[in-house]
Amino acid sequence: MIDIAIIDYGMGNLRSVSKALEHVAPDKNVVVTSDPTQIDAAGRVVFPGQGAMPDCMRELDARNLRAAVIAAAASKPFLGICIGLQLLFEHSEEGNTVGLGILPGKVKRFAMQDMHDAQGNKLKVPHMGWNQVYQSQAHPLWAGIEDGSRFYFVHSYYVEPVDSGLVAGFSEYPSRFTSAVARDNIFAVQFHPEKSQHDGLKLLSNFVHWNGNS
Amino acid sequence: MGLAKRIIPCLDVTDGRVVKGVNFAELRDAGDPVEIARRYDEQGADELAFLDITASSDNRGLILHIIEEVASQVFIPLTVGGGVREVEDVRRLLNAGADKVSINTSAILNPQLVADASNRFGSQCIVVAIDAKQVGETDSKALRWEVFTHGGRKPTGLDAVEWAKRMVALGAGELLLTSMDRDGTKMGFNLELTRAISDAVDVPVIASGGVGNLDHLVDGIKLGGADAVLAASIFHYGEYTVREAKEYMNARGIEVRL
Repeated sequence: MIDIAIIDYGMGNLRSVSKALEHVAPDKNVVVTSDPTQIDAAGRVVFPGQGAMPDCMRELDARNLRAAVIAAAASKPFLGICIGLQLLFEHSEEGNTVGLGILPGKVKRFAMQDMHDAQGNKLKVPHMGWNQVYQSQAHPLWAGIEDGSRFYFVHSYYVEPVDSGLVAGFSEYPSRFTSAVARDNIFAVQFHPEKSQHDGLKLLSNFVHWNGNS
Repeated sequence: MGLAKRIIPCLDVTDGRVVKGVNFAELRDAGDPVEIARRYDEQGADELAFLDITASSDNRGLILHIIEEVASQVFIPLTVGGGVREVEDVRRLLNAGADKVSINTSAILNPQLVADASNRFGSQCIVVAIDAKQVGETDSKALRWEVFTHGGRKPTGLDAVEWAKRMVALGAGELLLTSMDRDGTKMGFNLELTRAISDAVDVPVIASGGVGNLDHLVDGIKLGGADAVLAASIFHYGEYTVREAKEYMNARGIEVRL
């Protein structure tokens, strides 16, 4: 019996995600897998990812995982992290890539210029470090996490959902961007909960206990 | 409110112990890496950096065990550097639990390594470490800094600002900049160098080398334009906790994660 399947499509280091889940759910069976039957069998699914979106889509298809991801996102508690959030959308500016199209919207890059904070300091890309996440809707995955808590980010692209009702959280760099989305059994975040100390572990723990209803 | 400036305690590790030297010499034992990592995490460190300064290749494997152990207990980003020579070294460190891998001497010997590692694992996990020293007249308007290797002993003839731009172009997602003439001196960062590099690139810059008090951390951000500050001895020997450093910076108008 697989409680939590972490989808491995060869992109990035999944050890951090599995270690953090094992830490918050020591009694659960957590597997890192690229086997569609294991993903289908799992009670809940985590869809992580790092690197460039074109490579991610290619690797996903090379492992025949597209159908399993789409099926999991339609049926059971599903957590997307970083690129695992971006891949859910229809299109990314990164390499002009077509995404999975599970959620309507696109993925855009932070502006190359005119990125300055209120004091006029240049803002760097990638957006790297601890930024505040404001909760734009109540959700079981935010339980016990204060509004405006800081999470660890590292990314150069962000999602722009067509439907603002999908936005579960937002951050500012320097403009407001979507840092968490939610729809039915899907919750997906731009930041890395597995690297966000107490609040990140709390979010993962909330996911482990979530029944998939928002 | 927005992105916080990061405070990164650095652990120089050799033979399984944390050590700290002055100008890359005179090593002093500072304790067990896993225990120290846990302590800094509890104090609110934003990331941890591990530098494997093991001279002999016999003990190279030790750092992997240390990273594995830290990564299963500490849930903040871990950067690991030292002795990274090929793409396979990067993979091994990432698999052990590192989130970012820092490349220093090998980037100079083989710049293609930075491009290959970045293409394979993503630029977000490739940090290029640059050790630079001021060269020429100190009162000159046109300050220059040269890149050094081998713990500051070997000049490369490379201009630090040009080198920084080239590394970013090849795929470095972050730069770890050490002022070699300040490292271990407690005189503060070389702020002109930090500012010159930070202004020249779009990726985040971590300032390192020479922190002796908390004002130095403030200056590194405010005057040097750094996105993160790295320090070792002020934390190792209990002069300040990470939390004290963050509270001090916060009181001086720097946004930090408290």
